[in-house]
Amino acid sequence: MRLVLSSEQHELRAAVRSFLATVSPPAKVRQDMEGPDGHDHAVYRRLNGELGLAGLVVPEEHGGAGGGHADLAVALEETGAALLPGPLLATVFATIVLSELAGAGGMAVKELLPGIAAGTTAATVGPLPGNRGRVTVTADGTLEGEIPAVLNGADAGLILVVTGGGDVYAVEAGAEGLGRIPLTTLDLTRRQARLTFAATPARLVAEGEAAASGLARAFDLVAVALAAEQLGVLRASLDAIVAYSGLRMAFGRPIGSYQAVKHKLADMHCKLEQADAIVRYAAWAADESPGELPEAAALAQAYVGRACFEVARDHLLLHGGIGFTWEHDAHLYYKRAKSDEVLLGPPRTHRTRLADLVI
Amino acid sequence: MDLEEYQRRARTWLAANAPGARAEGASAEDGVVVAKDFMARLHDAGYSGITWPAEWGGQGLTQAEERAFAAEAAEVTLPTYIFSIGLGMCGPTLVDLGTPEQKARHIRRLLRGEDVWCQLFSEPGAGSDVASLQTRAVPTEDGGWVVNGQKVWTSVAQHADFGLLLTRTDVDVPKHKGLTMLIVDMRVPGVTVRPLRDMTGRAHFNEIFFDDVHIGPGNVVGEVNGGWASAVTTLLHERLSISSGVGMSGQRDNPASFESLRKIVDTTDPLVRDELVELHVRTRALALFNAKLSQETKAGIFPGARGSAAKLLLAELINFGADLAVSLAGPEAVAYEDGGGLAGAIALAPAMSLGGGTNEIMRNIVGDRVLNLPPEPRVDKKVPFKDLKVGTQS
Ligand SMILES: Cc1cc2nc3c(=O)[nH]c(=O)nc-3n(C[C@H](O)[C@H](O)[C@H](O)COP(=O)(O)OP(=O)(O)OC[C@H]3O[C@@H](n4cnc5c(N)ncnc54)[C@H](O)[C@@H]3O)c2cc1C
Repeated sequence: MRLVLSSEQHELRAAVRSFLATVSPPAKVRQDMEGPDGHDHAVYRRLNGELGLAGLVVPEEHGGAGGGHADLAVALEETGAALLPGPLLATVFATIVLSELAGAGGMAVKELLPGIAAGTTAATVGPLPGNRGRVTVTADGTLEGEIPAVLNGADAGLILVVTGGGDVYAVEAGAEGLGRIPLTTLDLTRRQARLTFAATPARLVAEGEAAASGLARAFDLVAVALAAEQLGVLRASLDAIVAYSGLRMAFGRPIGSYQAVKHKLADMHCKLEQADAIVRYAAWAADESPGELPEAAALAQAYVGRACFEVARDHLLLHGGIGFTWEHDAHLYYKRAKSDEVLLGPPRTHRTRLADLVI
Repeated sequence: MDLEEYQRRARTWLAANAPGARAEGASAEDGVVVAKDFMARLHDAGYSGITWPAEWGGQGLTQAEERAFAAEAAEVTLPTYIFSIGLGMCGPTLVDLGTPEQKARHIRRLLRGEDVWCQLFSEPGAGSDVASLQTRAVPTEDGGWVVNGQKVWTSVAQHADFGLLLTRTDVDVPKHKGLTMLIVDMRVPGVTVRPLRDMTGRAHFNEIFFDDVHIGPGNVVGEVNGGWASAVTTLLHERLSISSGVGMSGQRDNPASFESLRKIVDTTDPLVRDELVELHVRTRALALFNAKLSQETKAGIFPGARGSAAKLLLAELINFGADLAVSLAGPEAVAYEDGGGLAGAIALAPAMSLGGGTNEIMRNIVGDRVLNLPPEPRVDKKVPFKDLKVGTQS
């Protein structure tokens, strides 16, 4: 079991961090989130061109970097901390699903993955576990139905659809009969859309048993990837309020010198330490110990999802009135944290799953 | 040898050699004999003093091996409780600060279980604020000291051969500047040890009276009037050793653990399942944090004050688990004919939050030393000790 970063992973972290600090600092995040697509396509292109993030865990034979999930966790922790807008997370989810279906899905995976891995096509998956959605396959092989909420559903170039029967299809952005209705999202830095399918042409990726087992592992990996992003949101929230607590004066001294504040921050630090250890463990299990993955993934969502929201909430509250303003970034972290906590279904579903695995 | 192989070997050795805790009903003296015998074998096998320098009788390995061994030790029941203070706190302090003579005299004996050690810091008027203690040590002409005063809450002192004693040697300077740490032989005249019954009904700790106790030369640990620095060293080791479970064993026998509870409660009840899963999540979260600290240590990153975060989390977990266990088990957990394991667990739980520094003090340390938050204003740092308000006043 490996819970500390390798020197290559430290380098990756530093590279992603400094890239994001230059290319997508907080002011740019705000500007991009209010733009037409909710993100800057140039940033997304550079993210993939220079850092290859979309293809990080895609096998080399499919045009990716063939990295591990522990590497991916390092990268997503940084994009989470920076609240990077855009389709990276959705695309990573799609690459995970396709990579895990590579054995089961014949040509489709081979043809679709390279473009996604290279960052030329942004992709997404729906419905994610714990999300509603009912899509069926008609006799002529087209899709019918609806998915109420899909990450980057309106701007992704390719949509992987999990049908009610558990098969996986790929739908092109411009496909006939595909409706994409943008939703208003709590998390301003990440778009979602309702998708409707009416005799929509789609390409089969994988079906039956093979699809089921590939998807089960893929969605565990998705849970781990999300936990890594949540860890970044948690860490950034804590860093921000620790810094502010040293600067903001009240009654003649910094608020961080008051125990009511200090002790809360200490508890938040304890959550950070544990969340960090869990994410590293789950990512290690993803790469090295497949048998432990289901439990590790459920643990990661059960602990890190909650810890992230609690820390983001308390970081906002400890800012005082400024934390409630639109101009301050605190609410962006708070809203991302809450949205992430329910992204893969109501939190109780992770706890139920964990209970079923360990009790 | 890689860590996993090391841990496997430890598991095998423990399975063959763990004598179990002292049998219920056996006398305290018998228990001490069994414990001492076990420590000698533990040392022979290379598992006593894993991180300690080889030249003084240790194994010269890292905290990673120590934690790996502790993980295995937690699975069995070992009679090492009476050595926990010596192994976790006093010994490491001597390794860091002791003179060569002190190390040569004490460390190997401590590791082999030949001497039991205790930590004589807290007093009736000084616990969290231990630097306000009042036990006086006055120098003698032979280069030794005469000690008068009282200590309290001293764990395992009823079995102890030696103690690390924190004393006041100068009252005219601020409180942190007039302390000296001494090694005291607990068997010399003038030392009175009175077991104190604690809330479990047993005597885990004691009160100690020093009446004109003479301590010979060569027993200062660190500098004269530099005792605060020595005490900080001890306390750092204390938190790390508590959180890593040094000298602790028998988690498997803990009736309030997740493993034990799932066997006795109705696991088909969804509310019970949710509470159990919460306990599991917290248990795993802390275990993984501790494992991370050990891997970092192996990689050369010293955990320092982050050990206080682990100590705080352990205290919270123990209290949460015992509370939950009694609640889940219901009325028969608190009214019983034999057993009473859960009642014992809930009665013992507060010890973890108080001994080794309270939860509030751990939060202060994490805030000040890990997060580098601004300190609280202090009224006690510059005043000469003799003018300072200390203890309980009415
Ligand atoms: C089971 C057990 C074993 C022990 N073993 C030993 C031992 O072997 N050797 C030894 O020397 N001592 C030992 N102790 C003593 C222990 O270290 C002290 O009890 C502890 O440090 C608290 O000190 P106190 O009892 O004087 O409480 P106080 O310091 O009076 O604390 C009372 C309350 O005030 C709070 N408080 C105090 N200062 C602050 C502050 N700055 N900020 C916020 N809150 C504060 C505390 O958190 C606590 O809630 C043991 C205690 C127990 C329970």
